[in-house]
Amino acid sequence: MSAILEAWNALPPTVQYVSTVTFKIGLVTIGVILTVAFSTYFERKVIGSMQSRVGPNRVGPMGLGQPFADVIKLLVKEIVVPAESNRFLFVIAPLLSLIPALAAWAVIPLDDTFVIADINAGLLYVLALTSVGVYGVILAGWATNSKYAFLGAMRSAAQIVAYEIAMGFALVGVLMAAGSLNLGDIVRAQEGGVWNWFLIWLFPLFVVYWISGVAETNRAPFDVAEGESEIVAGFHVEYSGVAFAIFFLAEYANMVLISALTAIFFLGGWASPFEGLTFLAFIGEIPGIGWIYNGGFPWLFLKIAFFMYTFFWMRATFPRYRYDQIMRLGWKVFIPVTIVWIAVEAVLAWFKIGPWAA
Amino acid sequence: MPPMAEIQNYTMNFGPQHPAAHGVLRLVLEMDGEVIQKADPHIGLLHRATEKLAESKPFNQSIGYMDRLDYVSMMCNEHGYVLAIEKLLGIEAPERAQYIRVMFDEITRILNHLMWLGAHGLDIGAMTMFLYCFREREDLMDCYEAVSGTRMHATYYRPGGVYRDLPEVMPKYQESKFRSKKEVDRLNASREGSLLDFIEAFTDKFPACVDEYETLLTDNRIWKQRTVNIAVVSPERAMQLGFSGPMLRGSGVEWDLRKKQPYEVYDRLDFDIPVGVHGDCYDRYLVRVEEMRQSNRIIRQCIKWLRENPGPVMIDDRKVVAPTRVEMKDDMESLIHHFKLFTEGYCVPEGEAYAAIEHPKGEFGVYLVSDGANKPYRVKIRAPGFVHLSAMSEMVEGHMLADVVAVIGTQDIVFGEVDR
Repeated sequence: MSAILEAWNALPPTVQYVSTVTFKIGLVTIGVILTVAFSTYFERKVIGSMQSRVGPNRVGPMGLGQPFADVIKLLVKEIVVPAESNRFLFVIAPLLSLIPALAAWAVIPLDDTFVIADINAGLLYVLALTSVGVYGVILAGWATNSKYAFLGAMRSAAQIVAYEIAMGFALVGVLMAAGSLNLGDIVRAQEGGVWNWFLIWLFPLFVVYWISGVAETNRAPFDVAEGESEIVAGFHVEYSGVAFAIFFLAEYANMVLISALTAIFFLGGWASPFEGLTFLAFIGEIPGIGWIYNGGFPWLFLKIAFFMYTFFWMRATFPRYRYDQIMRLGWKVFIPVTIVWIAVEAVLAWFKIGPWAA
Repeated sequence: MPPMAEIQNYTMNFGPQHPAAHGVLRLVLEMDGEVIQKADPHIGLLHRATEKLAESKPFNQSIGYMDRLDYVSMMCNEHGYVLAIEKLLGIEAPERAQYIRVMFDEITRILNHLMWLGAHGLDIGAMTMFLYCFREREDLMDCYEAVSGTRMHATYYRPGGVYRDLPEVMPKYQESKFRSKKEVDRLNASREGSLLDFIEAFTDKFPACVDEYETLLTDNRIWKQRTVNIAVVSPERAMQLGFSGPMLRGSGVEWDLRKKQPYEVYDRLDFDIPVGVHGDCYDRYLVRVEEMRQSNRIIRQCIKWLRENPGPVMIDDRKVVAPTRVEMKDDMESLIHHFKLFTEGYCVPEGEAYAAIEHPKGEFGVYLVSDGANKPYRVKIRAPGFVHLSAMSEMVEGHMLADVVAVIGTQDIVFGEVDR
């Protein structure tokens, strides 16, 4: 053991740094991909029980092998490239939507210490990457050279532009409250108890951010870009095999990402909801449970799981919006709401009311 | 001056292989961006020449073809055809058979409307509706199975009555690798008694199920945004277009053959006709949902009557109705009757008859011309879906692509009857 440690210490710092970061990247990527795999299982089970059916239960115990069966099926399928399509763009588009979805995880703090890149402009980086993701969708729709795919791409482009603004404004509110663009600092600004979470003082922004997040990931009821019953599958109508699997992966990775971001921005990230409840502090002393109780990754994971559940819940409950109604909701409802609340927040901060009292 | 850029509408091929095409609808849409300029329905992809086939067979052998016309409301199609034959023959089914027919017509109406509600919901994106509706549909399919032996194409109505009386026992589920004892017991709980007990148990729980559907949709903001003011048809225009059924009533015209030209025993039953106000998709949705509740009422009245009044379910005329198996075993004449009926059929007096019933989708009529032979000279089927589909272009003009799907749903189109 000590020999390994010595060998490690003998390495030049650059090599040490690079290998640590690579290890972290591997850890996070595999974690995200596994989460994606099992969230598809989770989704089918949740929606299944909401629709009074059983969901997958054939592959492995309780159907837990289903995600892997799906992956293997998609991997061995042929990728059909339509004759009239732009081959290069057609192949590159799925990657363009997956890479930003995974890259954004670089700045997500999983607990107080674990973050791949602790950069100060973390929030801007996240905004930039989530907007880049739409290029994959647009290029896929364009390169396919099909009217259905093209309609899907156009819808998606318009939708993302509208909701990106609402999302950006909602984050301006978070930025004002936290006083930092660093995601870790944003979480730290919410420490000290549930009443410090931005959820309470920024509630309208939380609602807008969350709904915009659902729209941004093209999930029901905002799934017009792939509206099954209208434009069949929208931008990925001609994709099959691995290419389709990558789109699928990107969509779910984005969902997990949006869930994580919402938890970080509004629900105190890794912070425990029992923080600050001094009469419960003795639980923190208990070995084993104490580690979980005092906050850390398990809480972030729970919050992510909760938001993922909400994604599925909405999908099972709501009909799909029409394209122009989505636009109206984005431009005429969400953007005004966020602007008004930013003004309210500014007034609160100026007169030192609420969280700005100190 | 440089020439203006030429802006061209594009056409889009919607179907026949489209998840919302309800089978094989092919729409050629002329679009300006997302807005529909013109919709051109192309039909005929499910044409099976039912009318022509019926001309080549004895009258009673075409009943099975009628099931396959509108394959989500099977017995109602049979009813129209059987009524037309009865009219030509000048016979009338016994009272009990008439009640059974009415009861199964209403069961079929619920079947059809559940299928419609599920598909309409799914088209607009409320996919849970589909599974909820199919949960209840399953029970009604079991009624079909109990009474006729098949779950869909029953061939249960016959000229002169119905094929057989309601069974005293319900088929039950059996334990298997996939169904535990507990589940089987739960499923069989309502199947212990006769078919009538089973249907009664269904009518007891069904209104609560409709409430459940309504909770999900009726006051749902997105559902209303998607259906209110979509495809508005004025009452005058609806009549000019030849609409019937919920499509006409949704526009506010109070027209229901069950009330206006009562056939069978509808004049003895107590039910209301729901009527819409605005003539949009939402009103048609409300009309159909209310029709399910009214059908439930009718079924309950029929159950009550059928419990109290046993009796024959077929007329006693060996020239039209086949003898029973038992009779055939030791009666030569019965055997001859049976043989003649199932090979040659019966000759129908020369003449013509039109019989129409209030089908779940509208007025379903069968026009029969007989030249006195054992086969019809001509059969013309008046399918409500065909008329509704021809108004498609008018209904979707100016709406967006997503509304086309809502309109297809609201028309409740089934291609079996449109293409025939």
